[in-house]
Parts: sequence; structure tokens; C-alpha cells
Amino acid sequence: MEQNGRIAILLTPTVLFLIGLFLIPLLVMGLFSFREGSFGEAQTAFTLRHYAEFFANEAYLRLLGRSVVLSFGVSVLTVLFAFPVAYYLSFFAGDKKYVLLTIIIVPAWVSYLLRVLSWKVILGGSGALASFLSWLGLAQEGGTLLLFSPEAVVVTLLYVWVPFVALPIFAGLERIDKDLLEAAYDLGCNRLQTFWRVTLPLSLPGVLAGFLFVFIPTVGEYVTPALVGGPEGIMFGNIVRDQFLRALNWPMGALMSLAMLVVVLVPLFILSRFVRLSELAGL
Amino acid sequence: MKRSISLGSTYFWLLAIFLYLPIFLLVLFSFNDAESLRFPLSGFTVRWYQALLEAGELLQAAGNSIIVGVWSSLLATILGTMAAIAVVRYEFPGKQLLLVVAALPLVIPSVVIGVALLILFRQLVDVELSLLTVGLGHVVINIPIVMLIVAARLAGFPTNLEEAAMDLGCTYWGALRRVTLPICLPALFAAFLTAFTTSVDEYAMSVFLVGTDATLPIYMYSQLRFPRKLPIIVALGSIILVLSIGVILFSEWLRRRDAVGEVSEPDV
Repeated sequence: MEQNGRIAILLTPTVLFLIGLFLIPLLVMGLFSFREGSFGEAQTAFTLRHYAEFFANEAYLRLLGRSVVLSFGVSVLTVLFAFPVAYYLSFFAGDKKYVLLTIIIVPAWVSYLLRVLSWKVILGGSGALASFLSWLGLAQEGGTLLLFSPEAVVVTLLYVWVPFVALPIFAGLERIDKDLLEAAYDLGCNRLQTFWRVTLPLSLPGVLAGFLFVFIPTVGEYVTPALVGGPEGIMFGNIVRDQFLRALNWPMGALMSLAMLVVVLVPLFILSRFVRLSELAGL
Repeated sequence: MKRSISLGSTYFWLLAIFLYLPIFLLVLFSFNDAESLRFPLSGFTVRWYQALLEAGELLQAAGNSIIVGVWSSLLATILGTMAAIAVVRYEFPGKQLLLVVAALPLVIPSVVIGVALLILFRQLVDVELSLLTVGLGHVVINIPIVMLIVAARLAGFPTNLEEAAMDLGCTYWGALRRVTLPICLPALFAAFLTAFTTSVDEYAMSVFLVGTDATLPIYMYSQLRFPRKLPIIVALGSIILVLSIGVILFSEWLRRRDAVGEVSEPDV
């Protein structure tokens, strides 16, 4: 009985906070997508108009699809870049591994906005890379190189996320019992077979965690596309933002935001059927 | 064996260069005596840093960010720690549900949370947008981060220390205050710092919740439209870079010290 009291005291503030400022807002957002408009009488009228409009608008759906594909691509690419480093650190770096890991992790803590900005400075038409190359006589003055393209978005996001992804993959590799590798060698596996059949499968939880680490925020991304993406590089997040800050069509914005939520949570839900997600968090 | 080691370390250092070069360029350009950020460099100057001191709005925004960062991270640390203690130490009905809900802010794009809170504040309860609404949003995304960090630490030491304190006459809350919290202190500190850094850097959600007083990322982003201000922003960025690297190394040092202490504890 006494124990129940303790649990109640410890949990009540957080539970109330999360209900009031997280669950209810999400629910209200869902309901709001059925509203006619954001102001006056339109606020209380129920309508499916925005749903009809959304699903009839091929441009919206294509942009959503493209954003998911781009996020998927960026996530896979980031994992591919981060894995070798995590593998090297965990298996070959010896005593220095934590120092070296810190070297890779530190940039992750540097302001996200600044790191995106640095790529805008580098990739700009008259920016660092272009002017550096033309200074060396390797490229013509005024070439735009990568800036304002989907490729610029991919490179910038890859840069932003590599350190974040190296960490869970490293943690996953560290959890592998090294005796299993010995056993594989004893049973006649060579290094490649051991990696393919033992190390890689056992590292998958860490890899998956790293993948989700990138995929989830990237689906909602709009800052990087706005700064380096140009008209071809905009993502779904940009039009969600515009519904609130420019077009002032809040119900449509709520619906788009809901669509984004579904796109992230459905794969996560399917995944949770097969893996315990808490395992991915390293708990 | 030997070959793969050198291959691995070559890749490691190439990646490190890839990660640090853009940051280094930003600092380099902050001392460059030209408005456009391009090569060749035109000479050394500190005038962008001098201009910073006169940029009142910018200092205001930096101050706002620090204020919001401190109180929202404190609140998140308190809430997250209390919940983490309950979750690690006790079994109760609905625990799985609580864990799922508490983790959700981590797996939802922050834009969605920003949109949801904006609709709540402006359409349901009619609260003026301000630094308060921004900070509340930051608490939502920081609670799961704090819970993860503190729970990991709590799971690492046995409950019998608390029981011993209670056998010696402490009340439960006394044991919590005099045994559990001191043991968790490094984790609480790490959690606070992580939450603070997240708050000070948050843009994607804050932009929906901010009123007339801007936070630093909001102000910086709004200034990016003016190319002539870019060097000043870059100078400010360089200062933030150096400061944040200092903070990280400090908290890493704390964590390391903590980890060493753990090894010397007797096995239970």
C-alpha cells in the first residue's frame, strides 16, 4: 500500500505533463484536420474536404513519397558510412577506442543549424568550395556545383547524422560476446564468414537503432531542404510548415502533420512485432 | 590482420576530416576580412566579433535561449528522473504503456509535436505564444532523453543500498535523497546538459511555438536571409562551437570519471 503511494507520487507529475502537453495535443491535432478552417465559424464546422483535397492532390502525395524515399536513402547511406568506423573502433582500436569515439561524437553535439549552415557556405555558388576550386584554376568562376539540389540535401544530412549513427552501432558491436567470434574461427570460419554469419547479424539491433535515429527526424526535415535544397530539394516538412506560417490553412497543416506521423509510426509498429524496441535503446 | 588495422584507421581519419573540415572552415571565415565567404582569404580581422557585441537583438536572443534552456531542462530532469526511478524500481499496471508513451516524443518528428502544441495553445486553450510555450515544448522532447540516461544509471546499482539506508532508520524519501540521488548525480548532470544542449539548439519545433521574443536558433535562421549579416552569424557560430565543444569534453570527463568509479566498486 505504502509502495503504491510512492509510485503515485513519483509518476503523477510526469504522467499529467505527458497527457496534457503531448497526448492531448496529438489528439486535438487529429480532430483539427476535420475542421473547415482555423478562424471564426469555420472553426467548428466538420468537414472531410481537406482529406479529399489532400488525396486528390498528386503533388502532395508525390512529395510525401519522395521525402520518405529520400529519408530512407539518407538513413541507409549514413549507416553504410558509420558502420566501418564503429567496427574499426570496437574491434581494432584497442585502448584508444573511447578517445577516438569521442573525436567522432563531438561534432554531433555542435549546433545542428550551424552544421547545415557550414554546408551552405561550402556548397554556395560563390562559396568556399567553388571559389577554392576556381582559385586553384580547377573550375570556372560562378559554377553552382551542388547547392540547391536534392544531392546537396543528401550530403548535408549525411554529414549531420554520421556521428549520431556511429554511436548506437558501436554500442551494439560492443555488446557482442567476443568468445562467439573465437568459436566461429575454431569451427573453421574465415574472417569474412565470421563477419557475415556472426558479427553482422548480432550487430543488427544497433544498426537498426542507428537507422531509425536518422530516418525519423529526416522524414520531418525542412530546415536543410530550405537552406541547401532549392526548389527541387524541398521536402514534405516544408509544405507542412508553410500551411501554418504562410498559407494559414491550419486544418490542412494538421492533416499533413498527421500523415507524417502515420508514415513514421506504421513502420515502427510493424518493426515492434519482430524486435523489442527497448532493446534498440540499449536497455 | 595488420592490413585491416591500417585500412580502418585510414578510414577513421578520413571520416574525422570530413566531420571537422566544415566546422573549421566556419571558424576560419569568421576571422576573414571580407563580407562574402570565399577563397582567397582577404586578411585577418576581428571586426565580426566586435559587431557581435553591438548586435543587441542577437544578445537578447542568446539570453532568451539560455533562460529557456535552463528552466526547461531543469523541469525535464526533475520529471524524467522521478519517472525513471518509478520505472526501474517498481512493477505496476500500465508500466509498458507508460514506457511507450514516454518514448514516443523520441520517435515522432519534432515538427509534428510543434504543430500539435501550436493547435493546442492557439485553438483549444488560447495561450499567447511566448518563451514559455517554447520551453514547454522542449520539456516534452527532453523527458524521454532524461529518462533513458537516468534509468541506465539506476539499473547499474543494486537496490540494497536504499534498503540498507531504510534499515538504518531513513524514510523512503530520505533514502532517495541521501543515497539514490547522490549516486545518480553524474547521470542527473549529464541528463541536464543533454537536455540543455537540445533546448538551446532546437529549431524545427520552436519555430511554431515562439512568440515575439526569439530564441537564438530562431534569430540566427531569420538573419540568414541577409547575406551581409552572414559573417556575423558565422562569428557567433564559432563562439558557440568552441563553447559547446568545451561543455562536451567536460561532461565526457565527468562520465569517464564516473565509469572508472564503477569498476572499483566491489562485485555484488
